[in-house]
Amino acid sequence: MENNIIIDLKNISMEYGNEKVLDNINLYIRDKEFVTLLGPSGCGKTTTLRIIGGFINQTSGNVYFEGKEISKVPPYKRQLNTVFQKYALFSHLNVFENVAFGLRLKKGKEKLDEKVIKEKVSEMLKLVNLSGYEKRDINSLSGGQQQRVAIVRALVNHPKVLLLDEPLGALDLKLRKDMQTELKKIQQRLGITFIYVTHDQEEALSMSDTIVVMNEGKIQQIGTPQDIYNEPKNAFVADFIGESNILDGIMKKDCLVNIFGQDIECVDVGFEENESVDVVIRPEDIIITSPEEGIFSGTVTSLTFKGVHFEMVIQCDGFEFLAHNTIASQPGEKIGLKVKPFDFHIMKKSKKECEK
Amino acid sequence: MKSKSLSIPFLIWAVIFIIIPMIFIIAFAFTDDNFNFTFDNFNHLNRYLPVFLRSLKLSIISTVICLALGYPVGYIISKMSPKVQNVFVLLTMLPMWMNFLLRTYSWIKILNTESGVLNTILSALNLPTIDIMDTQFAIVLGMIYNFLPFMILPIYSVLTKMDEKVIEAAKDLGANNVQVFFKVVLPLSVPGIITGLTMVFVPAISTFIISKLLGGGGANMLIGDLIDMQFLGNAYNPHLGSAISLILMVFILISMGVMRKFDSDEAGGIM
Repeated sequence: MENNIIIDLKNISMEYGNEKVLDNINLYIRDKEFVTLLGPSGCGKTTTLRIIGGFINQTSGNVYFEGKEISKVPPYKRQLNTVFQKYALFSHLNVFENVAFGLRLKKGKEKLDEKVIKEKVSEMLKLVNLSGYEKRDINSLSGGQQQRVAIVRALVNHPKVLLLDEPLGALDLKLRKDMQTELKKIQQRLGITFIYVTHDQEEALSMSDTIVVMNEGKIQQIGTPQDIYNEPKNAFVADFIGESNILDGIMKKDCLVNIFGQDIECVDVGFEENESVDVVIRPEDIIITSPEEGIFSGTVTSLTFKGVHFEMVIQCDGFEFLAHNTIASQPGEKIGLKVKPFDFHIMKKSKKECEK
Repeated sequence: MKSKSLSIPFLIWAVIFIIIPMIFIIAFAFTDDNFNFTFDNFNHLNRYLPVFLRSLKLSIISTVICLALGYPVGYIISKMSPKVQNVFVLLTMLPMWMNFLLRTYSWIKILNTESGVLNTILSALNLPTIDIMDTQFAIVLGMIYNFLPFMILPIYSVLTKMDEKVIEAAKDLGANNVQVFFKVVLPLSVPGIITGLTMVFVPAISTFIISKLLGGGGANMLIGDLIDMQFLGNAYNPHLGSAISLILMVFILISMGVMRKFDSDEAGGIM
């Protein structure tokens, strides 16, 4: 397993003045993996990406690329390329020359002749369905088309790693969804490692092999999308990835948690007796029944139609539950809430850091 | 509708101060003293060809030197911290707030062969004195001194607005600093260069004060002096003056058109 690690960050910290932007980041990325750095703005995800790209230097720690320390290597000598947030295309060059930019820089023995450049560029444009756009002016392209040019411009030199800094942020929802699928396809077809930065949890969940959740300069959790969604390590991750109900609970013993004064069966083990815990319940895991059958009972206070489902807020003993269901319960209605034992996610109280 | 009514003040301005004077100049250029239509004013213009070529030569030299000096200065200022940038931009503009004539007169005090500051210093150091006054060199010096800020400012402006990410993208794709400059920064700053070239070349080719004061007139006379003489000098002939002005204007329009063309062709130009 160790030998297919392509990028390894060891104890990376970054400070601007007194402000600690990254705090001891440890992260390895495997070859051909689609890794997403996910977190709210200011969490350090873009800083991490810029350190890997070589645009800024970390205050301390090491960056290894295929086992070699590269902290001192300037960006133009690194075997990775970047897709920038607002594309950063060369507006003085047409589509063809934008994509060919990286190829034309090769000098001496590596110098490519015009025919090869032409072949490679049209192959790339074909990859993103932009064949025939060679002569077009960059500014005449739509946002989605500019995005595609930016992606293949970065791919044309066949980097081992592609860094993507919120590349879909400026696109509308529909286009963003299409591009997500397309990016994933490109990544699988070319077999290149993608390191993708986003604050959009849905994007992260649908594209990634591995998600790295970050907050306040620290890694909160690393895992597959399923892990992150189903087994969030702390309340921050639970809250950031999808919507959650986070309740205070006390762990009575293994598989028994006390919420709102009642003991409830769950599946989590390994806590101390009577330890205060956060209990996370996903809105879609709440089953709505009659008040008598529910674990909790309460009154519906609001109902919103969300397209696929209804979103309801249910007031129970002073706590507002958020529940998703395809059947609407009207505001004012008294209902019961049921949750299956394995849908209670018990986690240690936040503020405690989580390790790898 | 709204935008139309807002443009009325400008239209009035344009008619009074641009259209009507233009009509006067054209009318004078194509008439004789009795205001009869004639091409006479244009018939003898080849006599002034040497003056015209001299103007062209000196203004091109000045413009090129201004570019060679102005680009690095604009580039260096744009790389400084925002606070320092403001100071340097202010310093660049400061001389322009001083009267143009005064600034040019002060060069006489500096360059004057007998009592000039330059030669006083040179002789005090026991070095040979130099005789620059009333030469074309002095005219070029005066042009550069007066018009250099018009080159620096537009270049600085376009460089400081350049997206840092585009430069990062070039580096990311494998360009070293020299390649980044020639393949990205320079082509993207062409609009600023074009503006600078225009703003230096146009006043330089039509100047008359600089050549009068520093060039001594006569053999160093420029096209601007020639026009000046037709209106205020002994040679009083506003009809000929208008004709020369028209020719100069057409020439400037053509050269600006050529530069604009160069600008729009820029896509992939400098490679």
